Amino acid sequence: MSNEDIQKGLAEIVEEVAGVAADDVTVEKSFVDDLDIDSLSMVEIAVQAEDKFGVKIPDDELANLKTVGDAVTYIASKA
Amino acid sequence: MTTNHDVVVTGLGATTPLGGDVATTWDALLAGRSGVSTNNMDWVERFDLPVRIAAQLAVDPTEVLPRVEARRLDRSEQVAMIAAREAWKDAGHSDDTVDKDRLAVIVGTGIGGAMTLLNQDDLLEEHGLRKVSPLTVPMLMPNGPAAHVGLEFKARAGVHAPVSACASGAEALAWAWRMIRTGEADVVVAGGAEACICAIPVAGFSQARTMSTRNDEPEKASRPFDTGRDGFVLGEGAGIMVLERADFAAARGAKVYGRLAGIGTSSDGYHITAPDPEGTGQARAISAALRTAGLDPSDVGHVNCHATSTPVGDVAETVAIRKAIGDHPVLNAPKGALGHLLGAAGAVEGIVTLLSIRDGVIPQTLNLDNLDPAVELDVVAGEPRKVKLEAAVNDAFGFGGHNVALAFTPA
Repeated sequence: MSNEDIQKGLAEIVEEVAGVAADDVTVEKSFVDDLDIDSLSMVEIAVQAEDKFGVKIPDDELANLKTVGDAVTYIASKA
Repeated sequence: MTTNHDVVVTGLGATTPLGGDVATTWDALLAGRSGVSTNNMDWVERFDLPVRIAAQLAVDPTEVLPRVEARRLDRSEQVAMIAAREAWKDAGHSDDTVDKDRLAVIVGTGIGGAMTLLNQDDLLEEHGLRKVSPLTVPMLMPNGPAAHVGLEFKARAGVHAPVSACASGAEALAWAWRMIRTGEADVVVAGGAEACICAIPVAGFSQARTMSTRNDEPEKASRPFDTGRDGFVLGEGAGIMVLERADFAAARGAKVYGRLAGIGTSSDGYHITAPDPEGTGQARAISAALRTAGLDPSDVGHVNCHATSTPVGDVAETVAIRKAIGDHPVLNAPKGALGHLLGAAGAVEGIVTLLSIRDGVIPQTLNLDNLDPAVELDVVAGEPRKVKLEAAVNDAFGFGGHNVALAFTPA
C-alpha cells in the first residue's frame, strides 16, 4: 500500500470519527493543533486504523503520532 | 411586588413525542393529538415484552444534529442539546449577553445513558475491549446532558444534574430558582432530558407492573384519572427553560413568559416506589411552593398534574392537591398525550404550565372518558379550557419518594 493510499484511508477515518473534511487531512497537519481532535477521538481513530491497515498501534507509539504524516509513516513501516 | 431576585422565564425549548420544538408540542396538545404509538424495535419481539407501545420522539435527534456531534452523544444528551439550543435562542441570548461566571446549567435525568451502557456492553461481549468507545463514560453518566449543555454555553457558575427519577426535570428548575434567589447566578439554563426506550428499562418497569399494556390501542393507553387506566406509557424527550433574575432580564430587554414564583421539594419517607396514599409528602411540597411564592391557596387556579396514568399514583396526587390547595383548582394531566418522559417530564410539563398561564388555556387530559370517582376534582377533558390564571402549580414526583412542586405566575 502506498503512502498516498494510507493517507487517503486515514483521512476517511478522521472524517468519520471527528467530522474533519477528508481533503483537510494532509500530511503536515497536527491532529490536535490543526484538526482539533481530542484524545478520546484519537483512540477511536487508532482502533479504526488498526482494523483498516492491519497494524498494531500501542499507546506509547500513538502518543508520538503528532501529525498525519507521522501516522502515515508509522503505518507504512508496520503494514 | 417585583423584587430584583424574582425569577423570570425568558426562553423555552423542547423536543417531545408530540413535536420537535415547543410550538409544535403545544399546538399538538391543544389539538388533542397523542404521541404514543406501537414500538416496533426488534427487542420487543425478541424478549416477548408485555409492553409494545411507547411515546417516541416526533423528530429523531439524528435528523437535527450534525452527524459527528450525534455520534459523540448519548440520545439523552442529544435531546438535551436540541432543547437547550432552542431555549437559548428563544431567550435572545448569544455569546456576550451574560457573564459566563454568572451563568449556570442544571439538567436532570432519571435514568441517564442506559442506551449507551447497553450498546457498549454488547460491543464488549461481542468484540472485546478494543471496540468499546472511549466516549462510553461521558455518554452514560447521568450528568452528561448537563455537562454537554454547560459546555455549549460555557457556563461557569456551576453545572448540576439532579437525579430524582421522574422528578428530576422539575427539581432542576427548583435548583435554578434557588441559585438565582441566593445570588449564585444571574441566568440558569435548566430542565430535564430522558431517552431510554430500550429493553432493560421497559423490561424492568414491566416487571414492576407499572406500565400500560393497552397494546392494541396505543393512542388510548395513557389515560390519567380515567377509570380504565392501567399504567404509564414510557416516553422520551427534553424540556429546557432559561431562567433569569428579573432585573437582569429587564435590563437586557428580554421578553418574559412568566415567573417561577416559588418552589417546594420534599420526600415521602414512605416506600421506594409507592406514593404515600395520604399524599402528605406531596402536599408539603405544594405548600412550600406556595409559601416561597407568597401565594395563598385561593390564588391557584390550576394544577398541571404529575398523574402518570397508574391506578394508585393519580388518586394519591389529588389527595395531596386537596390538602395543600383545596377543591377549586382546575387540573389536567399532559401525560395522556405526551406519555411519561421520566426525568424530562417535570420540565416539559413546567413549560406546558407556563404556556397555559400565558395563553389562558389549559389543554385537555387526553383519553379522560370516565373520571375516576375517587378524584373528586375538576379535570379538563375533551377539549382545552379557557381560563385566566393568576397562578398555577406544576407537580412532579419520582420513585424514591421525591416530590417537587413549582408555582408559576404571569409575567
